[in-house]
Formats: sequence, C-alpha cells, structure tokens
Amino acid sequence: GSYCLTCGSDKTLKLWNPHKGTALRTYQGHGYEVLDAAGSFDNSQICSGGADKAVALWDVTTGQVVRKYRGHAGNVNCVQFNEEATVIVSGSIDSTVRCWDCRSRRPDPIQVLDEAKDGISSVKLSAHEILTGSVDGRVRRYDLRTGQLCSDYIGSPITSVCFSKDGQCVLAASLDSTLRLLDKDTGELLGEYTGHRSTTYRLDCVLNEQDTHVGCASEDGHVYFWNLVEGSLALSLPVGQGVVQSLAFHPRLPCLLVATQGQVTLWREDTFQPE
Amino acid sequence: AVESSDSEEEDLVSYGSGLQPLQEGERIKKPVPLQEQTVKDAKGRYQRFHGAFTGGFSAGYFNTVGTKEGWTPSAFVSSRQKRADRTILGPEDFMDEEDLSEFGIAPKDITTTDDFASKAKDRIKEKARQIAGVVAPIPGTTAFDDLIGPSKITVGVELLRKMGWKEGQGIGPRVKRKPCRQKPDPTVKIYGCALPPGLSEDSEDEEDEYQPENVTFAPKDVMPVDLTPKDNVHGLGYKGLDPSQALFGVSGREHLNLFIGGSEETSKLLGDLRHSKGRKLGITGQAFGVGALEEEDDDIYATDTLSKYDTVLKDEEPGDGLYGWTAPKQYKSKKRPEREFKYVGKILDGFSLASKSSAPVKIYPPPSLPRNYRPVHYFRPVIIAGNENCYLQKALEESTGKLESDPAQQSRHALNAAQRREQLGETELKGPAPSILEYLSEKDRERLKEMKQACEQQVKAKIVSQQSPKDRFQPASPEDAAYKWRMLLGGQLANAGSSDFKPFAKNPEKQKRYENFVKSLKKGEKDTLERFLDPNMTEWERGREQEEFFRAAMFYRSSNSTLSSRFTRAKYEDDVDKVEVPRDQENDIDDKETAVKMKMFGKLTRDIFEWHPDKLLCKRFNVRDPYPDSSVVGLPKVKRDKYSVFNFLTMPEPTTSVTQATNEKIQESNSLNKPKKPSRWDVSDKEKEKKDYVSEFISLARSKADVHQQPPVPATEECGAGTSEPIPALVANEDKNQEEESGRPPMDLFKAIFVSSSDEKSSSSEEESDEEQQPTTSERESETTKQVDVPGSSSSNVQESVTATTDSGISSLPTSKQELDATEEFGPKLPPAFSSGRFCKHLDRKEKHRKIRERHKSKKERKRKKEKKKKHKKQKNKGKHKNKKPEKDSSSDTTDSSDSLSDMDTTGLSPEELLRR
Repeated sequence: GSYCLTCGSDKTLKLWNPHKGTALRTYQGHGYEVLDAAGSFDNSQICSGGADKAVALWDVTTGQVVRKYRGHAGNVNCVQFNEEATVIVSGSIDSTVRCWDCRSRRPDPIQVLDEAKDGISSVKLSAHEILTGSVDGRVRRYDLRTGQLCSDYIGSPITSVCFSKDGQCVLAASLDSTLRLLDKDTGELLGEYTGHRSTTYRLDCVLNEQDTHVGCASEDGHVYFWNLVEGSLALSLPVGQGVVQSLAFHPRLPCLLVATQGQVTLWREDTFQPE
Repeated sequence: AVESSDSEEEDLVSYGSGLQPLQEGERIKKPVPLQEQTVKDAKGRYQRFHGAFTGGFSAGYFNTVGTKEGWTPSAFVSSRQKRADRTILGPEDFMDEEDLSEFGIAPKDITTTDDFASKAKDRIKEKARQIAGVVAPIPGTTAFDDLIGPSKITVGVELLRKMGWKEGQGIGPRVKRKPCRQKPDPTVKIYGCALPPGLSEDSEDEEDEYQPENVTFAPKDVMPVDLTPKDNVHGLGYKGLDPSQALFGVSGREHLNLFIGGSEETSKLLGDLRHSKGRKLGITGQAFGVGALEEEDDDIYATDTLSKYDTVLKDEEPGDGLYGWTAPKQYKSKKRPEREFKYVGKILDGFSLASKSSAPVKIYPPPSLPRNYRPVHYFRPVIIAGNENCYLQKALEESTGKLESDPAQQSRHALNAAQRREQLGETELKGPAPSILEYLSEKDRERLKEMKQACEQQVKAKIVSQQSPKDRFQPASPEDAAYKWRMLLGGQLANAGSSDFKPFAKNPEKQKRYENFVKSLKKGEKDTLERFLDPNMTEWERGREQEEFFRAAMFYRSSNSTLSSRFTRAKYEDDVDKVEVPRDQENDIDDKETAVKMKMFGKLTRDIFEWHPDKLLCKRFNVRDPYPDSSVVGLPKVKRDKYSVFNFLTMPEPTTSVTQATNEKIQESNSLNKPKKPSRWDVSDKEKEKKDYVSEFISLARSKADVHQQPPVPATEECGAGTSEPIPALVANEDKNQEEESGRPPMDLFKAIFVSSSDEKSSSSEEESDEEQQPTTSERESETTKQVDVPGSSSSNVQESVTATTDSGISSLPTSKQELDATEEFGPKLPPAFSSGRFCKHLDRKEKHRKIRERHKSKKERKRKKEKKKKHKKQKNKGKHKNKKPEKDSSSDTTDSSDSLSDMDTTGLSPEELLRR
C-alpha cells in the first residue's frame, strides 16, 4: 500500500515511497536486468526474478540477498510470494513455474509445474491457487485444495493474469489486444474488453480496489479502464508517449501506479489521503 | 407314577440357570462366537486377555490408560484470584480404582503404621536380611541399610544396651560355654518338616574347638517359644514356604545342593547366621523350586546346563582326573588319537578308524567375471547364404548391430528385425526382405548389383583363404576391407555427409575418428585410414573399427540424404524401453480455437486434470493435501512401452457408437465450412463404399489410439449440434443412413484390402495405401478431438483394431510426406520388419486381388486430382496460420490436422453421397 518496488535493466531493485516520491533503498545483486519483483505480506522480504535466470529473496531492511534460487533455464518473467511468504512462485520463459521454499535451505524447488507449452508470462497466487498465464495461450489454474489443474484456452498468448478481489473471476490479458474476464469455476467468458493495443509487449492488467473496473496498460501510451460489468470503456488515461509497461492498483484505495519509459507515475484523486 | 416322578424331581438338585424354553417357530439361537465374547470388569470396562506372563489382563483401555482417547487432558485454569497450583502426579494418578482397593497393587485401607507397631524387632526378617547381605552380589550392603535406616528402638532395648548388652546375646550373667554340642546325624535327611529356625540355633558351631578357660560368654539368646495354637490341617510343625526366606535366602545353587551333598547342610538349618556361611544354607523339607514370589529365577537357567552332567557312562580311567594338562607324557600320548578324531560313536565290527585322513577335497573357485560381463547369451546373426543381397544384408545387420559402438553396450533395440525375429523364434516372413534396395531407384539397384557381383568374385578368393566368413569378429585385413568397401561404396561416398549424422555419438572419440575417416575416404586416400585409428588399440580392434566405419559410412550414405530431413531427434532415449507419458494431455486446440472464435468459453475451452501438488507445497500454503496417500507429484503419468502398438490403442467402445461419433464429426465438419465437391466422386459406387468402411474403421482404431493419450473432452457435440442446425433436412437424412451403415462390414473385406497394401510392391500400391492413409489420418485427427471417454471394453474389437493400426503402420512406411507427418506424431518409428509379415498370410485370396487391381487404376486417377487439391488447401491453411506465433509440437499437429480436415471432407463424405444417388 505505501511502498512501491521498481525493477529495471540496471540490475537493481528500488524501493520507493510513492506518496512522497522518495527512494528508500536500492537492492543490488542481480546479474542481469530484473524482470519482476514482489513484496511479502509483512513488507519484510522481497523476491525478484531476472534475466540471470535466478530468483532472489531479499531482506528489505538490510538490502542483502537472503537466498538465490537457480534452476530456471530461462529468464524469470514473474515472481510472487504466497500469502505467508513461505513460498516463492516464479514463472519463466522456460515454460515452467517453480515453487521455491523460503523456509528451508533447499536449493531445488518444491515443485515444478511444467504443464505449459511455452513461456510463462504471468503468475498470480491466491490462498490456495496458482494462476499462470502462458504464451501458449492458456490460463492454468492449479488448485491445491482440490488437486486440480484447470486449463483455459484463450488462444492468443497471455501477457497477464490476475484474480479478482472476490476470487471468483480471472482476468487475462492477451496479445490480441483483448482482456477477458473468465469465471474461475466454469471458465465461461464473463466479459471482454477491447480498445487498447497490446500485440508485442508483456503488459499488465489490473482490477481496481472494488472490482468495479478493469484496467490495462497499452502500447499507445494510455492506460485504459473499462467498466467491469458493462464492458464499456470508462477511462483512457494518457500516461506518456511510449509503451506503458506496468501498472498496479492500490489494494484498498483508488490509487494507481503506472510505469512507463523509465518513470513511475502515481495517479490518484486530489482528495486522496494516504494511510 | 405321577407322584413318584414328582418326588424324584424334588430330589434332584439343579445347577445353573435353565435354558429358556423354546417357543414354537423360534429358531435356536446361535452361540456367540468366541471372538465376540468379551470380558468386562466390574466397572463395565472392557478387558483384554493377555498372556499369563503379563498378568492376565491388560492394564487400562487396550493397554493405554483410562478412556478410549487415552490420556484425557485436564483443563488448565488459572486466574489471578485462584492460581493454578502445580500438581505433582504420583503413580496413583495413573491407577485404576481397583488398584487402590484392598486387593489391588496399592491398597489404601487402614493399616497400622510403624509408629504404632511394636518395637520388637522382627527377628526372622532381620536374619533373612542378613542372609541376603551375605549372599547378595556385594556382601555387606545390607549393613549399610541398618546404618541408614532410622533407629526405632524401644526404651527397654536402650536400657539393655547401656548395661552392656549387645544384640544377639542373651540376657543374664555371663557363662562359661559348655562344649557339649549335639550334632545331628549327618546321614539323616530330613524332608518334610523343618525345625523352627530359632530352635536350630545350637546346631552351630565351628570355633568351639579351642576355648580359653577363663573366657566367659554371654548367654545364648533365647528365642521365646512361640505358643501359637495350631489351627490348620497341615502336619505337625509344617510351615509353608517362608516368603522372606524364599526371597532372600535361597538361590538356585542351593536347590541343587539339596541333591548333591545335602547331608551336611541339612543339619544346619537357619541358625545364628552371624557366624554361619550363607552359602551353606538350604531348604530342607520344604517345598523347593522357584516360588511365585521369588524374583530372581534367571539363576536357574544360568547355572544349570547340560554340560554339567555326564552324558556317558564309562569306567573311570585310573589317572583320568588326576592329571590335567600337566599329565605325564605316556598318559597324554595314549589319549591323543581319540582326541584327534573326535569320533564319539561306536565303531562297527571289522572297521577301524583310518590312521590317515583322506586328502582334502580341492575346491576350485569360480572364475572371476570380467567387469562388463553380461549374463545374456548372444546370438550370432545367421546370414542366409545364397540370399541375393548377402553383403548388403550383412552390412545392414552388422552396422545396426554395432552402431552402438561396443557390443557390451548394445541394447536390444540395436538388434535389427531379423535378429529379433530369430531370438523370438518366429518363422521368417514370406514377404519381401526389407532391405534398402527397395528404397533405391531401379538404376541404383542395378548398379549396386553389378558392383556386388564384381567384388564378390574378387573377394571370394581372399575370404576363403584368409578367414571363415562366419566369424563375425575376425577383422579383415585393412587393405582388404578397404578395397572391399571401396568397391561397394563406389563413388557415391562423395555425398556421405557425416556432418549431421553421428553413428558413434556415444563415443565422441570414436565419432571423431569416424569423421576423419569419412573425410579421407571422400578424398580417396587409401592408406590414411590407418592414421586416424587409435594408435593405442590392438590390431584386432583397429581392424574391427575400420570395418565398422566402412559399414557405417556405407549404410548411412543411403539413408542419410533422403531420410534425415524427415526425422527429428528422438524425444526419448533410445535404450529406455519405457516412456513416461502424461496420462492426460491437453487435447487438440483445433476446436478450441473455433470455440474461442465463437466466444464460447467455458466447457469447450477448459481442460480439467487431476493435479497432485507436492506435500510440502500444501503445507506451505496451509492447505490440506488433496491426495494424502498418493506419491505422485504433478500430473499423474503412466508408464508405457515405447514401441508397443498398444500405446495407440485402448479397448475400443462398441463400434457402432464410435462410428456414430465419427459420422457426427464428419457431418459437423461438413456443415461447418466445407462445400461439397461432387465432381470428384465419379468412381464406381461399390468400391467406394468399401473403401469408406475401411477408412472409417482405421480412423476408428486410430482415434482410439489417440484418445488413449488424451483426456476425456467435454462433449463437443454441443458445438456440432449448434452449427449443424442451419442444415436441416439433409443432415437428418444422412444421419439415418449412417446409422444403417454403421454395422461393421465383414472381416474379409478388411483383410483383402490390407493384404493388398503389403502385397503389392509396385508404386501403385504405395499410392493406394497412401491415399487410404490420408483420409484416415485426417479423420482420426479430427475425431480425436471428439472422443468422449473411451475406456469401454469389448474384447472382440480389439483384435481388429490392432490389425487396423498395424496396417496403418505399413502404409506409412512408403515415404509420402503427408504420411510421415501423420505417423511421426505417433511416436517412435515402427520397426520396418513389423510391416510386411503379418498380413501375408492372407495373400492367397486371389479374387480379391483382381478387384484391388481394378481399383488401383481408378485410384491413381483420383490421386492426381487430389494432390492438386491438397496443395491448394495447404497453402490456404498456411496462410491462415501464418500470423500465429510459432508454437511447439502441438502447433505442427494442428496444421496437419487442418490440412487433413480439408481432405477429410472429401473422402469422409463419400458414403452419404453415394447413398443419396
């Protein structure tokens, strides 16, 4: 909520306070560009994955790498902590998702999910599910509780997936410039959102804090928001000239972080009061 | 009579409770079986019997404590006002109620405590203790007990002590002791009754012999005669086994002593033990043995062994016991022989012990095996002499046999078909020998033949003189071999590209050598060959390797250029004969794509698999393991034989239903997007009908095979139904027809057709099979997406489907590209020899042949047309797929299938159309 992590091709991660715009800390240790980072629930740890094929676990306060997990055969595209920050789940272009144990000193992953036929572009976790989006055009949801793997075919390479806040739906952005909202249980299409441009880059999609709107970055320098139910374009936010690479929504407040062309911008209402 | 019986009854005494009188119609109750009879104690708790050694009953609830749940935790409550006090649990807390009762192990009833007990010492007890002190492993320990123990002395004793009295002394003026000692008759053994211990006191003592005159002694302590009334029926003076004595005083050795030298000891009963030696104690006249109260009964087994007893009765030799190992020489030597033989038994009359022992049997140890020895018999390949292409075959056999470099590493897949057949003991196939020759063009073949003949003549002489042709491992001399092979290879070696082919990939050095060798061979250098061979090798090895290289070069020249473009690297190791195949696979995305296009997400686009998360992962996610007792992680996998036909087959469903499914599929694809092309179907109706049956059938078999690897797909019929709606009456009509058709045609038909494909060597047959193949594969592929839940079982169909697939294997051999694609995804290539033999049995059906020949002609025509069509379609399809990102394996399949889809609608359509005409 009150911190922001950026990672970039300068092989570092940076921790910011987005509300004040101050850089808090820099984390150095990756060998190549850092492709994704995530923080733990208690803000004590950071995990990151990069083009050096390694997943790193950082201690926030000391800035040191606590552990590095090597095992991916390709760039690590996405990393996520589970709810209790006991497991790091990382997806890579080697088409595997690997679950790393933070608790023990095991160098190899707990489990490798190698069902995908192509690179993993996005990984999200819920309390008992692992949601992966792959370039092979499938959204796979591994349900640990029921022991099932649901694979939904979208067709076009998936760039980003996310759960809705209520955990009932899955949002998937794909390279055919379409966002699709799928029912988690049945796989049925609940909504389709188009208008933006997403054909080459791995762009993020988000749901806002109340699940009322669906947002997605675009290659035309805008961030688009649609009404979730109606599917109508609600807002197109001109952010910059180039591709909007990443965006993240505040978990509870109407506040949006957008990363484009080496800068991160924070969007909020004038009356916004940070916690 | 009545009265008397009454009175009699009155006289009788009845025991127990009478059985309840049976009511009419009531069945006799069965007795409760033994295992259901339970024992309950007074409190209603179940008790289980245990062995007598553990005390009869188990403690607690099934050997636990208290309740079914075992320990019941007590609630811990502590508040500020009322602190929880620490309770220290004693053994009583874990006892049952009855343990605390009067007869339990810890009785709680009121007893007199020591404070109130009489202060008089229990002498018997004390004495017993003292005996124990002597006997105990550490003598005198009991003395310490006295020191430690509290003194509970009465006032009287204290007074006496102060007056100089000591314990054990009598009271009174000191006296001179009289030496009069009456010893009991040693010969008399007293069994039965024992003298009371107190009375036997004067039966001591030893040091009476020398008594100084002026020494006075304290008077003997007088034990009061106890005047207890005899109130039992035992014999006079009988006393039961005294527990205290039994406990402390007696050990097993004394029991034995009873028998051996009892006479002395019997006289000495428990006396004043201060002076007596405890060892000499024994119990006479009392019950002996280990009492129930005696604790240490292990002693018995420890001391009393058989070795203590003499087992043989014999005359005592005079000097026997006198001398030990220091015996005089004479004596020793006399004894020796006996000792040596250790023969105890009786020697028969007329026999005597041998003076010389027989020579020990020599033991030959088994030869030590070489390290890489495999305990498998190696069958040498037998080459049929006089076979036309003897050399080639030999080359084939040996190259395939040896290509894995070392014979030691040869896996069984390295054998070729002929060798395998031999091992299996099958008869040779009647069909044409599968050799490369078939795949060569006519011209090449002739040229080879010529060369072969030429070289045969030349080489023969040498071979005969130098080596036996059978000996496989005998190397030809290098020049000879080089010559021979040069002849064979001829100028064609020029294009023997060794770059992408690595016959010795397992042995990099060898591969290197081989490459060099090929290079030099290309240049035409003859003697440089030697140079590349490993100088460390023996001559024999070199020769062999060279030959190997020749063969490899020769063999792979032929196949290399044509085939290498068709094959990719093996996905699995060659020498692994089992392959792990995921049980469920995401199935064809073909129809999913259409579903996505129609935005029909949901069932159509979703695959659900069983997925096993790692146990640790579940733990970390705080989720219960959904499959607690499976060791599988990830998607469940199935081990399959890599080469087995049954990879591709399951037990088929009853045919009709499946055919319906296919038909439906056909219809669907019809209705979906393909227009009909009636112009193509000008050939005679009858043939087509037949052919369609076949293709359908093959497709069935194949589809089953495929479905076998794929998960049940949620019914796609919905989609089909939805799309086929716009075509109303026509389809319905067709449907009916189909159903009528769907009964299987007779087996002969299949045979005839299948036979034809293997029978005809000519290119026409290839074409034919080729053509047959196309529709089938296409149908199969499209159909696989359709299949729902196959594992039905009807055994009768299995056989046929097997033949069907094998046939498809055959027809896939001829190298039409389409087919290769189709078969490739089947997995590993089928061994070539597999094809021909099986169906040759049916060759004798001549009439069928005629038919088939007729058909060939017509089909040729058709084929040409079709080819054109296909090309056209392919291009189309490619155009469709172009903008898609390159996908992995699956994508190639889809293009294939889409290709074949286009074909399918032409072939698959036929029966309906025919019928309508």
